[in-house]
Amino acid sequence: MLDFVQQLVSGIALGCVYGLIALGFVLVYKATEVVNFAQGDLMMLGGFFAFTFIGMLGLNYWVGFAGAVICMALFGMLAERVVVRPILGYPQFSIIMATIGLGYFLRSISGMIWGTDDFKIETPFSQGVLRIGSLVLAYDKLSVIAATIILCALLYLFFNRTTLGTAMRASSENMLAAYYMGIPVKRVVSIVWAISAAVATCAGVLLAPITFIHSNVGLVLGLKAFPAAVLGGFGSIPGAVVGGVLIGVIESMAGFYLPQGWKDVAPYIVLLAVLLLKPEGLFGLHVRKKV
Amino acid sequence: MRFLFKTNYEDDIRLFPHSGYVYSYGLLLAVLLIAPYVLSSYLMSQLVFVCIYATVGVGLLILTGFTGQASLGHAAFLAIGAYTAAYLQQFNVPFPIYFLAAGLLTGVVGALVGFPALRLQGIYLVIATISFAFIVEEILARWESVTHGNEGMRVKAIQLFGTTMSRDGPTFYYLCLAVLVLTIVGTLNLLRSPTGRAFVAIRDSETAARSMGINVALYKVKSFAISAAITGFAGVLFAHKLSFISPEMFTLQLSIEFIIVILIGGTFSLHGAVLGAIFLVMIDPFLTYLKDDMPGVIAGIAATLGAGTERAGHIQDAVAAFASANGLKGAIYGVIIVVFVLFEPLGLYGRWLKIKLFFQLFPLYKRATFKRQKIYVKSERNR
Repeated sequence: MLDFVQQLVSGIALGCVYGLIALGFVLVYKATEVVNFAQGDLMMLGGFFAFTFIGMLGLNYWVGFAGAVICMALFGMLAERVVVRPILGYPQFSIIMATIGLGYFLRSISGMIWGTDDFKIETPFSQGVLRIGSLVLAYDKLSVIAATIILCALLYLFFNRTTLGTAMRASSENMLAAYYMGIPVKRVVSIVWAISAAVATCAGVLLAPITFIHSNVGLVLGLKAFPAAVLGGFGSIPGAVVGGVLIGVIESMAGFYLPQGWKDVAPYIVLLAVLLLKPEGLFGLHVRKKV
Repeated sequence: MRFLFKTNYEDDIRLFPHSGYVYSYGLLLAVLLIAPYVLSSYLMSQLVFVCIYATVGVGLLILTGFTGQASLGHAAFLAIGAYTAAYLQQFNVPFPIYFLAAGLLTGVVGALVGFPALRLQGIYLVIATISFAFIVEEILARWESVTHGNEGMRVKAIQLFGTTMSRDGPTFYYLCLAVLVLTIVGTLNLLRSPTGRAFVAIRDSETAARSMGINVALYKVKSFAISAAITGFAGVLFAHKLSFISPEMFTLQLSIEFIIVILIGGTFSLHGAVLGAIFLVMIDPFLTYLKDDMPGVIAGIAATLGAGTERAGHIQDAVAAFASANGLKGAIYGVIIVVFVLFEPLGLYGRWLKIKLFFQLFPLYKRATFKRQKIYVKSERNR
């Protein structure tokens, strides 16, 4: 029983990271119907920025964290301006390929700049554990869970309560109509990319104590976040986090109870099953087109 | 320039629109046939890879280019073909039989993947094919009684008519070339048949195709099966060329490379697959050149421009360090993909068509001839 709870908590912590990356997918998808295959690599880059600020320049953890988030938000805008904006409105496949190319580029460039070693960021949470009875919970995992809940709540409020959030939802429904109604669609899209890169950075920095930062971490985790996003229904913020948590728990349980090898495949088997049975996901909208 | 007046339907679907094509392709084939006696063994090896990649490219074109179903899982089909060959070879099954068996098995698996894919569109299909590829990769690594797991499998040289076909010899190259040419001719014939036209109709508008009475589900599954079978044939050749296969060769990276092949070549014509394969395979020799000769060349240019020997030496060192940096290939891949998607969406073959049209219409060329239509995004969620 204790094993089960232990696995459950570490699964939830891992799942929250998937959820955070999936959140980035969902933000961009919600606003522009574009799936950003470079999301995991943005996360990796954010982690490296934080490592540069904290590990190499020796800044305070929180200052370095904020610096990395700001840098990555600007970088997200730049990436949107250079790679996505020229092809916005073209077939989805072109945009998928362009973001795959962006991901390749980021992975290789960060490998060239920071090398291919594993890096570690010292965080205020990386020491110490919380003991409840005989249950041992590491603070770094708890910090991931807490941060995910906070970020998710903030984003949910942002999308549903603010004017900018409403503008984003409007431009995702119909860009041209939104433009005619006076919404600055281009600026909205670039802000969305900034936010999604910032969220990715949070994921990267929080992840740093759990799995180390190296140039391929983005690819591995980014691909794990897809099942999370699909499971929750692409385009639903709570769905992304719930999906992420489910995937994390499934992976952790499969690693513990099933034979070796199932751990890596289980998320994808679940993904295929979800796509077959309920393609719109758990929280997705199922709207039929009226002719 | 030559005007083609089409007076009946047969004119419209001929394999060669006019005699010029027969001569130019004949010439190309002749050049390819004498290539082994002219080129170095390294270039021959590259040419074999071009043939294999182009075959996969043709297979992927049928699915992605002509039926409009994106797939990032073709490395898995290649793997199934390669492993079938390697497995059957252990029991002394003759080459023609396991070659056909690999294609058949891959085709069946492709059809099985096609069924679930019927309900999926766009991004969901891409994600589903990626997960299929991951599952296949994991199965290959774990099913040790058949695939020998991560140790990999040796693949012996082809035994055909009592002779051994070395993987570096000209005969193997001819085999790959023959497979490529047969695939291309077969695909051309397929595309002018009702099946091929149904594929194109589904790509252009699924709703319109359905209302024309096309059984969309059937043709999508067919397209998956044919595409997978062609990739399976290529997989057999791939296994023989490498003479050793293991699960970590057939990763997402390879699937992306196949997509790059058709993306760079151009997704609307079979020429694209071949051009893209040439481009992709030639990146490696280019990188070697960049590493070995380029620093010297740039230093020489710097020296002639008036930089001192010391500075030229520094420049040479800097360029050499850059060229041998780890991961340069990935960065180049990334830049190439982005540049092609942004600036040359029709690919290399599209560029060739543009150049041709420019000379045909010389003073009257309009820049907007190939301009893409921009559609404003409406939510796909309401589709």
